[in-house]
Amino acid sequence: MTQWVAACAAGDIDPEDVLPFDHGGRAYAIYRSPDDGYYATDGLCTHEQTLLCDGLVDGDVIECPKHNGRFDYTSGKALGAPVLTDLRTYPAKAVDGTIYIDIG
Amino acid sequence: MGRERLARYSLAGPENRAAVEAGLAGGDWFRSDIPRKRMKELMRRSDYPAIRDTAIWIGLILLFGGLGIALWGTWWAWPCFFVYGTLYGSTSDSRWHETGHGTAFRTRRLDEGLYQLASFMIMRDPTVWRWSHARHHTDTLILGRDPEIAAMRPARLVRLLANFVGLVDVYTAFRLMFVHASGRLTADEADFVPEPERHKVYRTARIDLAIYAVTIAAAIVFRSWLPVLLIGGPRLYGAWLLNVYALTQHAGMGENVLDHRLNTRTVKMCVVNRFLYWNMNYHVEHHMFPLVPYYRLPELHQEVKRDCAAVYPSIWAAYKEIIPAILHQLRDTEYYVHRELPPGAAPFNVPTPANDGRALPLTAASAA
Repeated sequence: MTQWVAACAAGDIDPEDVLPFDHGGRAYAIYRSPDDGYYATDGLCTHEQTLLCDGLVDGDVIECPKHNGRFDYTSGKALGAPVLTDLRTYPAKAVDGTIYIDIG
Repeated sequence: MGRERLARYSLAGPENRAAVEAGLAGGDWFRSDIPRKRMKELMRRSDYPAIRDTAIWIGLILLFGGLGIALWGTWWAWPCFFVYGTLYGSTSDSRWHETGHGTAFRTRRLDEGLYQLASFMIMRDPTVWRWSHARHHTDTLILGRDPEIAAMRPARLVRLLANFVGLVDVYTAFRLMFVHASGRLTADEADFVPEPERHKVYRTARIDLAIYAVTIAAAIVFRSWLPVLLIGGPRLYGAWLLNVYALTQHAGMGENVLDHRLNTRTVKMCVVNRFLYWNMNYHVEHHMFPLVPYYRLPELHQEVKRDCAAVYPSIWAAYKEIIPAILHQLRDTEYYVHRELPPGAAPFNVPTPANDGRALPLTAASAA
């Protein structure tokens, strides 16, 4: 079941960056890719539950700030040790300058 | 004492569970507050500095190795091999470290390539040590959790000294290569290497053993020490500088605290040492923000120094503290190096019991 929630204003995120978003006691991470696409994943690294919003976005990759584990944030795919479990992703869209993510 | 000490530091012993129950495992570590925009600048990487530094490094290794071969049979070969061995057996540590974090190069394949080469040179299994080092960053100097504590309390002094010529590391490396080649891990390794990664460990050990077997066979066939001086041997005769650098990181400092300002040193080094060590002398900064590449650490230092205790002005200054601390800990295992923060610095991180740099006593973790 879809459940779109407003996460942030589009202008809140710089290109090639990430922003934290908390909703219903759950941490999410909202990304803006270099070509201005918007994406959303779980906010915690699947390795040791570190907040990804403090990490480095390089192209389509988010790197965890604690152990440098890397994920493709567009697909959630874990890109090698020390992350072995993929990241859950959520559909995201920009409507009238607001970023919505589907947490349903 | 020896067996009790090893049990305390073992990842398969009771201190592991005690650390978990005390909230020390996977804890929330102190980090200085740096604006996101500045952090992004500091974390951003480029291939150029690491390509330049790696070209110089490999060039020097080839130059001095080549000179050693060319001058073999004369006394001039020995200083050449001293430099070659030190570059191979000591400075491969910092290359292993930076590329293990994946921060040296922007291009991932360059990073991984140098990581595999440096792991071979420093005789560390690239998979085991990637996971070991991840744990070291999660639980720095947490008893029963950190597999990379170089100086225990009390220190194993003979082993520390023997390792300046690589004796312990090389013996351990070959013992582990045989264990891994037979398809097994040690109990400590099994605590942090996930099952899906283990086949890589076994494969690498078999390849490494084959390389060393060929090296030794060549030495026998050609009746020459040259093959061993060039491959593997440097981990013995060239290991001294690795230990000089490595002990400055954490030796003698507080255990079971969640604040790198208490258990880690930043030491000022000259430009030559910083090249050889790839700026790992900025070790507090590195532990606080592991995503920052080595060539940006001096800038990071400027951002966090307001929160940190005074930098050690030289390697010698660090050793003037380390040696007495290790000797003191031989008779008083509760002793550790206290660090004073400058006025206005952010206070020490919980669960540090007081803002004076005091480490949790070992018995507290044991009793938890």
